[in-house]
Amino acid sequence: MNITLTVNGETVTADVLPRTHLVDFLREHLELTGSHLGCEHGVCGACTIRLDGAIVRGCLVLAVQADGGVVETIEGLSDSGEIADLQAAFIARNALQCGFCTPGMLMAAQDLLLHNATPTREEIREHISGNYCRCTGYQAIVDAVETTAKQRARAQ
Amino acid sequence: MKASAFDYVRAKSLPEALDLLARHGEAAKLLAGGQSLLPALNLRLSAPEILIDISHLPELRGISTTATSLRIGALTRHVELQNAALVAEHAPVLTQAIGHVAHAAIRSRGTIGGSLANADPAAELPACALALHARIVMQSPRGERVIAADDFFTGLFATALLPDEILTAVEINLAQPGDVHGFGELARRSGDYAIVGLAAQGRVQNGKLAALRLGYFSIGTKATLATKAAAILTAGGGIEAAAAALADDLEPHDDLQADAATRLHLARVLLRRVISGMMPSLKAAA
Ligand SMILES: Cc1cc2nc3c(=O)[nH]c(=O)nc-3n(C[C@H](O)[C@H](O)[C@H](O)COP(=O)(O)OP(=O)(O)OC[C@H]3O[C@@H](n4cnc5c(N)ncnc54)[C@H](O)[C@@H]3O)c2cc1C
Ligand code: FES
Ligand code: FES
Repeated sequence: MNITLTVNGETVTADVLPRTHLVDFLREHLELTGSHLGCEHGVCGACTIRLDGAIVRGCLVLAVQADGGVVETIEGLSDSGEIADLQAAFIARNALQCGFCTPGMLMAAQDLLLHNATPTREEIREHISGNYCRCTGYQAIVDAVETTAKQRARAQ
Repeated sequence: MKASAFDYVRAKSLPEALDLLARHGEAAKLLAGGQSLLPALNLRLSAPEILIDISHLPELRGISTTATSLRIGALTRHVELQNAALVAEHAPVLTQAIGHVAHAAIRSRGTIGGSLANADPAAELPACALALHARIVMQSPRGERVIAADDFFTGLFATALLPDEILTAVEINLAQPGDVHGFGELARRSGDYAIVGLAAQGRVQNGKLAALRLGYFSIGTKATLATKAAAILTAGGGIEAAAAALADDLEPHDDLQADAATRLHLARVLLRRVISGMMPSLKAAA
């Protein structure tokens, strides 16, 4: 099927099979491999991307469902500088080790900070509870998100 | 895993969707938010020939009120339910429950119609629909049909929906003075399906709890009303007598999360917590 969508600001037209997941389309057709695939059934959060302004599971949306939609991936958020401070805080706090979960974790963390500029640690944990990290133990990730929230509040 | 091959069609109106469903019958699956259907396809638990995407149907959208009821369109996403002022005003138990459903990246797509039609025994919304005495609105080529939530959930992932019917909306009576609600669930991690959960709705009249409905989930094969326990509580029989009666009301099951005895115990823990939250005076009496 023919689909046309916006990915990281660029219009993309492609022919896809209905069974192709949005995240596979991004990774294989567009070679945007920043979004990862862990479980392929919605549990791990590694495939988290933005569709029409809201975070979604890239493995639980078909590419054909995104026809006419606006997709933003970790590549888009990195290039635009939208999350440069969050990324710097992740590095400073050692909030990543293997990095497999990191793109999804950053997407979820930025989503929280957009909706709640001054989250408590409890609220941070709650919001990233759908994103699994098998390396860090989460503490450093919560630190990094909290630090970024405070920096942004001070910069206001 | 990846899903097996299927066709996809995006319906533009309710009549078109009904027509497609009538034409393809059992070979078709309706696709709303996809947050239960796509995992099932990916795991190859389901292999339809065609998906009929109903997520763009204008007739299934929106939250509104009439003189007597709150109407929630089937396509209302979990995040919209969570943020809707009309829902918080007239059905606050839904507002409280929805935060326990999955995670933000799933609540952004999942719909109330999909959750009710899916009838997962561990899902929050079917139990809320029972507690709220909700009415389920369905459309088929024969016209509209409305049935009580009590008659809608028929078994494990089974509902009263006929193969050619689409769930279009949920209706709930407007809130009345004295309405009280409570909600509780026990889960291992935030966002996980509960080990046991309870959605409760009632009214305080002359200092007494009345019209109480206790909707349990994740205990037995479907969302279940604990009618005996509710009758004991409204007759002034006290929380402990009601907790004892849960043994008659519920049919707890064993699974990897908990055995039946643990589930019944936890159902009683939730009853004490939720009821004493709704009626602090009952806690003192217990
Ligand atoms: C990781 C994960 C965790 C989750 N945790 C929870 C949880 O804790 N609690 C919970 O309740 N849910 C949970 N869910 C499920 C989620 O709430 C789903 O959104 C919901 O169950 C189904 O809604 P949907 O719109 O996505 O339906 P879909 O997946 O699109 O459809 C589900 C089924 O209902 C049918 N259907 C959909 N809409 C209609 C309609 N209008 N009329 C007739 N049939 C229809 C479909 O054909 C399909 O068979 C979780 C999901 C995931 C992936
Ligand atoms: S790959 Fe999508 S949630 Fe795990
Ligand atoms: S850094 Fe390895 S999974 Fe999170």
